[in-house]
Amino acid sequence: MKAKFLIPLILFVILVGFLAVGLNRDPQEIPSPLIGKQAPAFEIPQLADPQKTFSPASMKGRPWILNVWASWCVACREEHPVLVELGKLQLAPIIGLDYKDKRDDAMTMLARQGNPYLLSAFDANGRVGIDYGVYGVPETYVIDKTGVIRFKHIGPITMELLRKKIIPLLDELK
Amino acid sequence: MLKKTLQSLLLTFIVLCSISASAKDAVPLADDPVTEQRLIVISEEMRCLVCQNESLAGSRSDLANDLRREIRILINEGKTDEQIRNFMVERYGDFVLYRPPVKPITWLLWIGPFIILLAGIIGLMVYLRRRNKAVPSTTLSEADNRRIDELLQDAKSSSIEK
Repeated sequence: MKAKFLIPLILFVILVGFLAVGLNRDPQEIPSPLIGKQAPAFEIPQLADPQKTFSPASMKGRPWILNVWASWCVACREEHPVLVELGKLQLAPIIGLDYKDKRDDAMTMLARQGNPYLLSAFDANGRVGIDYGVYGVPETYVIDKTGVIRFKHIGPITMELLRKKIIPLLDELK
Repeated sequence: MLKKTLQSLLLTFIVLCSISASAKDAVPLADDPVTEQRLIVISEEMRCLVCQNESLAGSRSDLANDLRREIRILINEGKTDEQIRNFMVERYGDFVLYRPPVKPITWLLWIGPFIILLAGIIGLMVYLRRRNKAVPSTTLSEADNRRIDELLQDAKSSSIEK
């Protein structure tokens, strides 16, 4: 008989559990279906030199980082110093994907804030971004030697994320 | 002379109108209304990933514009609705669909409400059955029945006398 009184309490605790999990999740973060799959191929002009192109195929054989950025994106400006720090560590080449940007604006930003990228590819109309499921810049992908996407982060990278996730992952991929 | 002035005035008016009209941002429409119709049907079933609470058809975000353009291209390439849906899911996951597919991870989502409904019905039935049992069903004795008959008879005859 006593157990009967516990039923609403148990239901309440379960409900609180579900709500707690739900509230602590970031609704902006959508698990990418691309993780564990080959990084989509593309070949587009480079930002600094439109005569040259970049293709992910050229990165085969080493882990690398693809960072989607734009000069119009405030969060990217916030993230930039962290990328510069990461670049200094020389753990893996960082390739930029300059998303729906103006060439001049992008070059100005790199000149002002430093250039952590080995090179940046210039995705003028965002077509490559669509293939990578980009829906908010900045986004960062870690791609392994065989060209498989191992990690994706939406939003600016923080020093903490760098220490806890990205650097250990890069060590593992070496 | 007057006619000419009127004409030129009218012309200026039209030109001014068209300038002010073109100043507004127009959403580019496909040349083909059939394509546009299919685009609307497909994109209404999809979520805009930037705003998340709006459909891809209704969103004015930059990404939604790009994705509609992409879907338009796919339609013109003769892709089926299924292929277009797959194109979107490959990139953005099931989240892009307003109607999530039935698979192990979404089973609870699909059948959960029915489980709750069923639990409610069972609970209600148990409750009602218990309540019915709780009401003491007493049968009247022969003597009681006779007494009731008498009283009824009395009541009837007294009302007739009146």
